[in-house]
Amino acid sequence: MTFNSSVRFFLKVGSVITNRTILFSLTLLLWASLSAAQPPVDSSTAGLFNTPPPDVTPVAPRNLVVMDNPNDAGHAVIITWDSSIDDHPGGKVTAYKILRSQNKESGFAKVAEVPAGSQQYIDNDAADNIPYYYKIMAVNSSRQAGQLLWQVSSETDIFGPVESKPQWFDMRRLNVFIGMIILCGLIIFYINQAKSGKKLFIRKIAGLDAVDEAVGRATEMGKKIFFIPGTSDMDNVQTIAGITILGRVAQLAAEYETWIEVPVSRSLVMVTAKEIVKEAYTKAGRPDSFRDEQVHYLTDDQFGYAAGIDGMVVREKPATIFFMGNFYAESLILSETGNSIGAIQIAGTGQPSQLPFFVAACDYTLIGEELFAASAYLSREPKLLGSLKGQDIGKAIILVAIIVGILLESFNLFQLSNYFKVIG
Amino acid sequence: MRREVPLIITAVVGVIFVIQYFIPHAPFNQFNSWFSDWFAIIGACAIWLGALNLMRISADKIYRRRSGWGYAAIIIASFLLIATIGFAGGSQFRDPGTGFDWLYTWVYSPLSATMFALLAFFVASASYRAFRARNLEATLLLLAAFFVMIGRVPVGDAIGSFIHLPESLMPSKITIWIMGFINSAGQRAIMIGIALGIVSTSLRIILGIERSYLGGD
Repeated sequence: MTFNSSVRFFLKVGSVITNRTILFSLTLLLWASLSAAQPPVDSSTAGLFNTPPPDVTPVAPRNLVVMDNPNDAGHAVIITWDSSIDDHPGGKVTAYKILRSQNKESGFAKVAEVPAGSQQYIDNDAADNIPYYYKIMAVNSSRQAGQLLWQVSSETDIFGPVESKPQWFDMRRLNVFIGMIILCGLIIFYINQAKSGKKLFIRKIAGLDAVDEAVGRATEMGKKIFFIPGTSDMDNVQTIAGITILGRVAQLAAEYETWIEVPVSRSLVMVTAKEIVKEAYTKAGRPDSFRDEQVHYLTDDQFGYAAGIDGMVVREKPATIFFMGNFYAESLILSETGNSIGAIQIAGTGQPSQLPFFVAACDYTLIGEELFAASAYLSREPKLLGSLKGQDIGKAIILVAIIVGILLESFNLFQLSNYFKVIG
Repeated sequence: MRREVPLIITAVVGVIFVIQYFIPHAPFNQFNSWFSDWFAIIGACAIWLGALNLMRISADKIYRRRSGWGYAAIIIASFLLIATIGFAGGSQFRDPGTGFDWLYTWVYSPLSATMFALLAFFVASASYRAFRARNLEATLLLLAAFFVMIGRVPVGDAIGSFIHLPESLMPSKITIWIMGFINSAGQRAIMIGIALGIVSTSLRIILGIERSYLGGD
């Protein structure tokens, strides 16, 4: 090889090497830039190395319906669909994905994934008055040790736009509303009748007729009267009903100059009861006879309260005990102790489960509604008695509805009972 | 004004409470929790009224040596003991191992359980009186109670099998029938009456006709 031919050979080899190096470098650069441009890998598709087996793609669900969730405060859209025909045990559907977008053409993002078999989803993350588009994706996927192997899916058509809106009336409660209007109308009507001077017949309530006798007995025996207003606070209507009776009993006790004592289990009840007893003494013309310690607090604790009253009953042996208000398990503990010392006992509660205990242990028991009627019955005030009459007419209407309902149900007609269904 | 202001507050709050049940729209849907929070706050503040009243009445009883003053002394001592230990424990006073927790577990809980356990004896004595067959109603009550009690224990059905009762007349089945039909019907009748009574009382209070809870007319 001459010098010149040798030089040409090296130049040729060098040029080939240089071209290959440039080509290799360009390939590397291209790969690196492509890698950098790829989106971050979704963890749910990480390890998606296997190609799915043939014929595993599920059929999309049908009849997609999307609407504003009714009777709510907004921020909710209800999505319902008929299951995919492949959605059955061992079928091709493993889950449904709910996708949402504000744009019909693009931007759909997953808002939820529900298991196969689901046919409804409430999107509680929707903003009010914003149009949304939805579609449902039937998904079939395979996992191994938590790792997604493959995933296939099919989608419904896009449904929308749908806007979430808050409602001004809960239509599910329409029956309650109508019932309330009728009942309140009746009560107000009879209150007005009573105010106009019409005489109303109110049936006798033995337990309330016995109040005078019970207070009188304590007076004759020279012993105390205990008034127990239950273990609930002033937010319970039974406590309020009990407290209204306290006013009448305290006034009688003040007139007869008999000591009435009111141990309570709630501070707010104590404050209210103190005011009522004080007022009753004033009404009876004996404001000086009222003593602050007549109404006193014991404890908020249910059984501590029962123990406290039991101790007082056993030591002080009152002639008369009133139990008026809301009671739980302590009802029998209290009333049996009172019974054991021979006190005349009048009880009243709206707790159906405690009524048998009071019936067994007390001389008189105001059953349910009688507790709420007591204030009107004792005062004989026409306006209050009118409300009792309205309440009784309401009861008569319900009675008729029950009888008609029984007859209809007996003939497999359930329409009437549906009107009386109440949601919580 | 002493009467009018509470009556107005009662009426306004009462009406709001009624309408919030039917209106899910804001702000009505939040009234219930707001008022519950307010009531809880007022109740928590008012607990001091009760506690101070208890201390004052008990101290007065001890001072005047009234009958049962020893019990009043125990009340004050117990109150001060648990309050002191509770406050000394700081914000973690209820954690296991604290003095408050010890008192709660070994003093308060057994005392409460003891009171609750007394119920068994009171049920026995009340049942003895209530179930005496003095008249037709009491006899029916006695029979119903007998079947319910015998049907609630395994020996009831064992006796039924021994005397070859048909399945439908087993004590457990009779119990289910009594509780599901007779008892439920009675309870529902009472509950309907209670519900009407509550509506009527509430309306009287909202309209300001019932004022006894304010201390009179």
